[in-house]
Amino acid sequence: MGKTIAEKIFDAHRVEEPFPDTHVLKLDRVFCHEITTPIAITDLMARGLDRVFDPTKIKAVIDHVTPAKDSKTATQGKILRDWARRHEIKDFFDIGKNGVCHAIFPEKGFVRPGYTIIMGDSHTCTHGAFGAFAAGIGTTDLEVGILKGVCAFHFPKTIKIELNGKLKPGVYAKDLILFIIKELTVNGATNMVIEFTGQAIDAMSMESRMTLCNMAIEAGGTCGICYPDMTTVDYLWDFIKDEYDSKEAALKDYSKWVSDADAEYERVLSYDVSTLEPMMTVGYKPDQVKTVKEMTGSKVDQIYIGSCTNGRIEDLRVAAQVLKGKTISDSVRAIVSPATPAIYSMALKEGIIEIFQDAGFCVTNPTCGACLGMSNGVLAEGEVCASTTNRNFNGRMGKGGMVHLMSPATAAATAINGFVTNSELFKA
Amino acid sequence: MKNFKGKVLFLNRSDINTDEIIPAKYLTEITKEALKPYLLEDLVLDGFDQKDVLDKAVIVTRENFGCGSSREHAPWALEVNGINAVIAENFARIFRQNMYNCGMFAIELSKETIDSLFAKYSGKEAIVEIDVDSSQIIFSLDGQKEVINFTIGGFDQTLIKEGGWVGYADKKY
Ligand code: SF4
Repeated sequence: MGKTIAEKIFDAHRVEEPFPDTHVLKLDRVFCHEITTPIAITDLMARGLDRVFDPTKIKAVIDHVTPAKDSKTATQGKILRDWARRHEIKDFFDIGKNGVCHAIFPEKGFVRPGYTIIMGDSHTCTHGAFGAFAAGIGTTDLEVGILKGVCAFHFPKTIKIELNGKLKPGVYAKDLILFIIKELTVNGATNMVIEFTGQAIDAMSMESRMTLCNMAIEAGGTCGICYPDMTTVDYLWDFIKDEYDSKEAALKDYSKWVSDADAEYERVLSYDVSTLEPMMTVGYKPDQVKTVKEMTGSKVDQIYIGSCTNGRIEDLRVAAQVLKGKTISDSVRAIVSPATPAIYSMALKEGIIEIFQDAGFCVTNPTCGACLGMSNGVLAEGEVCASTTNRNFNGRMGKGGMVHLMSPATAAATAINGFVTNSELFKA
Repeated sequence: MKNFKGKVLFLNRSDINTDEIIPAKYLTEITKEALKPYLLEDLVLDGFDQKDVLDKAVIVTRENFGCGSSREHAPWALEVNGINAVIAENFARIFRQNMYNCGMFAIELSKETIDSLFAKYSGKEAIVEIDVDSSQIIFSLDGQKEVINFTIGGFDQTLIKEGGWVGYADKKY
């Protein structure tokens, strides 16, 4: 019987199995941000365990509320900053150099095929786009990860999703993952890894694969995973060129992180994506999904383009393509947050920031911002936001607010009209 | 070990997420105690009053409890309100592990059993007690007792007895 990529990664990292189906894995990366890590640091200090297992494997960023909005968030930043200094964690991204964790860490080359990664953040599943096992965990697991470089997991079964055909123009990874979550439901992949394969994935950029894997957790998935291929190698090449003689050699090495043809799956689902339309959510659960066409005309108050789901350069490019030469409706306000400083610089150079500004968008610094309703665009009671983020839970962007999740193209078109609209890029 | 005996809060809905259990705006708090007044503040559930959480020790609910964010603030918000156990059809993975990592129970029972608990005890003054050694849940109402067996893995049982994962892992790895 063959093995899935997740099984292979587990086998390569298992320290021991102290109880049946409890696998203690060695970690290649522990990622940290200022919301869930400070409380772990404080607890470790209180226990007299203020140590780190390996400062080169820990990466930290201030991203959720930055620059700090009040004394409490300033204190969270300070605890993380002091700790990074104290333990000589070199890869710590402070104000000015910081961006959304799941965008900046891959961009810096910290993720590799076959890695095990944890972070006190549920969207850590994003990094599976590189063929890694990356899982969100809570504060206690984070403490143990920081201290010992290990984490315990039950063995995840795998759902394989084959995506064949070619996406229509104006249809993106975001539309695809919303469709998949609708199919799986919010509980459909609980305790499981979701493997994405097929022509549609082969054709996708790393950015799009990250968008896809980012939302695996919204179906309950532990991690989304794509197999490493030449697209992965190209993305990583600057960081790995000293390790390999050629890209082909790197690909050959990474090819060990691919599921065997006779691997065992919990479920195998297959879809033809060529008829898929732009999708969006309509309720308080990410599986409440409809086509944008069905919702056309629905009023919104705010547009938010950004986050670890859709704040990368290709997302900003698509939105700018829709917005170019146009202005947003008087009935709405719109915010864009490039996910990292590098993305911001690229967008500046390419004239994208100007397009956003001319259209009437507020351009913020790289941050999670409005995504979790802690800063930079909190909704008032009864307001609706068209958003490129990943969660539409009640109160997510502010008490009594409603969030409609959608692609950057749809969000941009919606900003222009002031109500839900398919972008011109989509031809039905 | 924590207390696992007391009154039950019945939440008749699936997919109750961690943003509902404790909204993100309270994640700037540095102490667990500060989370106490905000438990289930954003819960979408007809007939639910936030005061219903007072004096409860156990929650009984439906599917996929604790989905969404990884915040361990969700178990902590329960803990500081004296609720150290949740019984459901199933849990989101991170929430479930966070509960055991804190030495708290996240017990899975079949849909039929959960249905019968709602039918028999919801809206009544039942007392529940959970025993880790015998893996039993005992419901008491009007002098009658009902015993329900549950399964718990060796790792989770150890975490409950050791009072959490940090001390145990530090000794061991
Ligand atoms: S952008 Fe939103 S979902 Fe992503 S890490 Fe930040 S708060 Fe979480």
